[in-house]
Formats: sequence, structure tokens, C-alpha cells
Amino acid sequence: MSSDIYKDIILDYYRNPRNFGELPNADIRVKDANPLCGDVIEMQLKVKEGRVEDIRFQGKGCAISQASASMLTEAVKGKTLDETKALGKQDILNLLGIDPGPTRIKCALLGLKVMKLAVYGYLGQSVGDEVKQLV
Amino acid sequence: MVPLYDYDICNTLSAGRCSLLVETLRTFNASKIREDFPILKREVNGNKLVYFDNAATSQKPTVVIEAIASYYRQYNANIHRGIHKLAEEATLAYEEAREKTARLTNAAHTEEIIFVRNATEGINLVANSWGKDNIGKGDKIVITIMEHHSNIVPWQLLAQRTGAEVVFIEITEDGMLRQEQLEQAIDHKTKLVAVAHASNVLGTINSVNAIGRIAHRQGALFLVDAAQSIPHMKVDVAEIDCDFMAFSGHKMMGPTGIGILYGKKKHLEEMPPFLGGGEMIKEVHTTGASWNELPYKFEAGTPDIAGAIGLGAAIDYLNTLGIGNIHDHEQELTSYALNKMSAVKGIKIYGPRSSKDRVGVISFNLGDIHAHDLASILDEEGIAIRSGHHCAQPLMEFIGVPAMARISFYAYNTEEEVDRFIEALEVARKVFNL
Repeated sequence: MSSDIYKDIILDYYRNPRNFGELPNADIRVKDANPLCGDVIEMQLKVKEGRVEDIRFQGKGCAISQASASMLTEAVKGKTLDETKALGKQDILNLLGIDPGPTRIKCALLGLKVMKLAVYGYLGQSVGDEVKQLV
Repeated sequence: MVPLYDYDICNTLSAGRCSLLVETLRTFNASKIREDFPILKREVNGNKLVYFDNAATSQKPTVVIEAIASYYRQYNANIHRGIHKLAEEATLAYEEAREKTARLTNAAHTEEIIFVRNATEGINLVANSWGKDNIGKGDKIVITIMEHHSNIVPWQLLAQRTGAEVVFIEITEDGMLRQEQLEQAIDHKTKLVAVAHASNVLGTINSVNAIGRIAHRQGALFLVDAAQSIPHMKVDVAEIDCDFMAFSGHKMMGPTGIGILYGKKKHLEEMPPFLGGGEMIKEVHTTGASWNELPYKFEAGTPDIAGAIGLGAAIDYLNTLGIGNIHDHEQELTSYALNKMSAVKGIKIYGPRSSKDRVGVISFNLGDIHAHDLASILDEEGIAIRSGHHCAQPLMEFIGVPAMARISFYAYNTEEEVDRFIEALEVARKVFNL
């Protein structure tokens, strides 16, 4: 991990998070925390015809967890639920544009985990270990 | 190994020369002490390591590492039951460690020292064993908002089982316990008062002697969590007059896996065993069992023999440095750091303003930089600090922050390291465009 992770774009998403706040009439909302560090993310989704019609997130935590969650909300807006389910670690690294390294990767993946929990929850499907072990 | 600060040398000198020598030695030489810690020579991310995470765990001097290695190399055996030479040597070393701990804490009886895994296990032992017979519906257990989870959750579990109530004493703006709340909350319904001697977040040194008196006046027992105090200052169980005290070996230069529960003999004798198994029994029959005497009643199974021996070596080493000297050194360092840190723009420092009321623990936040991000940037500079909720979530909620960054000192830390830390804070400010 290097301080290079804190490039302007990540600081910008940290200080001015996109899609942050309450989503009225959300079809599903899921909140989860990283018990080791206390970072919290809540995702709220509105689904229409199998697509993420609208999305908001709320949370508290480090720049990496909050920025990657915010970037993720932008990335999934308009995507089908299947496309959203298929997102993985590499997609988050692509969004961030940098690898935060082994100790901070869990911060970057918290948003993805909560997003997946939300989509699986909406579909009434059980979540596999692959998702549980993200963070 | 030749001890660097062996005051016994005074015995060979005249009284006058001795006081001179002691005066010279009082200028505690942390740079010299660093030579005893192999890990402090290593580099992190191309920088010399600055280890400021001592409240989480301390580093180990060569004498401790060697004591553990020498047990495994030369006299590894199970203790107490063996007849052979190795078992005799191992038993002796294990029991010597108990005696050293008894002397360090000024316990009246060696068998009041129970070896456990860590402070957490010590507190759980009391909650389960003493709690089983002495806590019932409507009883109160008084703790404080600045407790580590290890001195909260065992009492919450006990309260759930029994219908007792856990009451939290709050703190002032300065991170000191609210005296009036102590007086009010500890009443005739209170069966136990459990308090950290020093806070792992705020560094606050609590007036345990006075709190113990209030507890005893109401007929309650008094437990002290000394995990953050005993590595850094003189802690005397007789003077504090606590009924129980728990602490961990690894925060006082000893290895992980060994901890201490001190308990007054009269309580320990009445308490039922915590864990059942080998070592803790007198006799076992198909119809039942009877218990071994103290301290073995509470030490079921093969204990951490190497850990106890390592802790014994750590206590010897601490005594050589002089626990009072360590405390003085850390007071100076804390005062130096508090001064320097106060001058950093955008910093918020938590806890008592004066270093006199603290151990060498300083928690803080810098601007809108999250503590984890700060820890990452400092790590890049080779500086190890702690970040997060510090296993004290009720305190974080009370203060109203999700996380804090924390530095914590020990005997081997220096002012130069504090200077490097301050420079790194400026780097962090730059990275975050503050």
C-alpha cells in the first residue's frame, strides 16, 4: 500500500460522495459493517424490470471504503441484477484505479459485499461463501 | 546478558557514590534500551521502524526471547506431575514466574496469582466462577464507559444469565470519570465494581484506590483491569486493596498467551472452578471430583509453560530498568508529544490535558482524515500506530466519533521518534490536501 492510493479522485469521492443519502421507497436496504475496523455501509436499491433503477448508499468509514462504495453505486446504476451479481474484486480495483494492498483491500470490498447482499436479498436467493468472505 | 541498569551495583559502592550513580542513571537512556530489542532494528517501507502501538502489544527484549527458546531447547517438559529432571526444572521455572509476579504486584500470597491466557480470560474467570454464586436478579455491576470490551462483555453476558444490571459511569470532557456518578451509582445493590486502572484509548489513570473504597463501603467487590497500567507504573494490589486484578503478559514485554488473574485468597478459595480437567483436581472418581488447592484449582490442563517463563524474564527485565524510571520516561515523552501534537493544525486530541493524569497513550483525529487512512499513510513512513474503535465502542459512541488514531509509548521510544511522527502527520495533511 502506498499513499498514492489517496489520489485526488478518491479524496473527491470521499468528501463529495455520489449517490449518498436516503432513497425513498427503496425495494431493499442492507447494512453491514467490517467488525475489525467498524466501517459501515448501507446500500438502498430500487429495482425495475430486473435492473437497478436507482441506488443510494450511506456509511461511515475510511476514504477507501466510502469512495469505493460511492463509485460502485455509479457503476451499477442501470445494470441488470445479473450483471451486478457478477461484479468482483477486480471490478472494484478497476474503479479505484489502484490496488490498496492486502491490509486495506477489505475496506475497498465492503461496498461490494453489501451490494451483493442487497441483490441476493432482493432475489430471495441465499448468499454463497464467496460473498460472505469478501470482508 | 549484562543488565544495563542494575541498581545492585550500588551495593558495591559507597552510599555517596551510589546516589551520584543513581542520579546519572536517572537520565533514562532509551537509545541504550533499544539495543535490547532486536525488532527495533528492522525497517518498514524503507524507513526505520517507529513502533507506537505498545498499548496493543509491546515488543520483546532478547532476554525474553532467549528465556522462551532456552526452555524449549534445554528443559521442555510438562510441569507438576513429572518425576524426572526436566519436569523438575520446568516446574521450578514456572513457579518462579508466579513468585516474581506476586512480588511485582505485592500480592500477600503467591497462590493468589493465577496464570490465564490474558486479561480477558482473567475477567471471564471472575464473571463465570465468582459471578455464578454471587450475582443474581436485581444486582448491579458498575463499570465505566471507558472500559475495553474485555471488561464489558463478560459482565453483559453475566447480566443476561442472571437478570443483573450493568451500569456505566460516564466521563468528563477531559476524559476523567465523573466522581458524582461514582458516588451515586455504587449503592447497596452493587455487588461488583470493575474499572480499568488506565484507559487503552484516553490514557486516563483512574483513581482506583478511591473507587475501591467506595465499592467496599457498599459491600461490593472491586476488580481492576490493569492491562494498560502494570507495564508502565508501579501497581500494588495491597495498596489499591482490590479483590481481583487482571492483566496480560504481552503488553509488559512478555509473550502472548500468558496473562494473570490476581484474586484475594478468601475469594478464590470460595469460588468454584472455571474450567475442569487435569491439574485442577484433587481426586476424580466415577461419582465426582474434588478440587485441587490454589492456584491449581483454576489452572486446568497443561498451561502456557513457556509463556509463564517468558513473563518471568520480562518481569526481571522491567525490574532492572526500574518501573518508576519507565513511568518517568513515558511521562516526559507524553508531555513532549502532547505539546508537539497540539501545534498540528486540525488535530483533535482526546483524554486528559495533562500528562500527569495519563499513561503514555494518546488518541487523536486529524481533520477529516479517517484514522485508518492516517494509519496507512504513517505506515508508509515506517510508523506503526493503531486506528479504529480500539475495542471500546461504547466510549467511541459516547464521544461521538466512529474511530480514532492512537499512539502509545514504551521504555524504548524516543523524542526523535515523536519528531518523525509529527513530520508524518504533516505528510498526511498534504496527502489529504488539508
